[in-house]
Amino acid sequence: MSSPSLAAQARTGAPIFAALGDETRLRIVAKLSAGGALSIVRLTEGEAMTRQAITKHLSVLAGAGLVRDVRRGRERLWELERSPLETARRYLELVSQRWDGALARLAAMVEVDGD
Amino acid sequence: MTMMATATTTTDRIDKRRVLRATPTRVWRAISNAREFGTWFGIELGDEFAPGATVHGKVTYQGKDVTFAFHIERMEPERLLSFRWHPFAVDPAIDYSREPTTLVELAIAPAPEGTLLTVTESGFDQIPLARRAKAFEMNSGGWAEQMQNIARHVES
Repeated sequence: MSSPSLAAQARTGAPIFAALGDETRLRIVAKLSAGGALSIVRLTEGEAMTRQAITKHLSVLAGAGLVRDVRRGRERLWELERSPLETARRYLELVSQRWDGALARLAAMVEVDGD
Repeated sequence: MTMMATATTTTDRIDKRRVLRATPTRVWRAISNAREFGTWFGIELGDEFAPGATVHGKVTYQGKDVTFAFHIERMEPERLLSFRWHPFAVDPAIDYSREPTTLVELAIAPAPEGTLLTVTESGFDQIPLARRAKAFEMNSGGWAEQMQNIARHVES
């Protein structure tokens, strides 16, 4: 994987810093980080502003690739976006765990009954 | 392990090694006989493995039967079994058949304590990221690292 230049990193990072440079948006991120996927109603709780205003903040965060909306049944929820590399790494951990489990069962099977 | 001059990333493959206290003959039967394979792999397989064959398997996932297809590539007795499949293809609503597969290789060799089994699965980088994210979501309830993810967003 090629490593991006510092300038490229700065360009990628700038919208994220801008998106997080607001107290309300930082609180939204903190709530999502603690509570998983949350609805607008939950995100508006404790804030001195309307759902519409919160939705606008979410749009800014989504524009920077920090959050995304997901549908759970009829509900629209917001959650933090994982970076592609993080997703790929965590996925490989899952695959690895799955093989560990399978190989433990294989060992249990061949090691008890011999040849 | 043979080092090959291919540009694979750390997210593309996994390698597992395990010494089994059993003979290569016993281990080969456990990986090449479809019924025995199914027992430890956790899948119900219909047909016998044969090079070039597509063998269908069934698992029960969240109360629903999901069908898997194993495309058997190589079978070298007491040496190597390889197949291709769609990893984590457990969503019945998705047609995985047109998507890239991963290659699974199970290599066995005699070892002082019994048999060394090496498992490699490769080609994950070809799997659409959305599929990988989906598999992750189905398996995870934890969100504790999300703040770190934001740091990574900024740093990467």
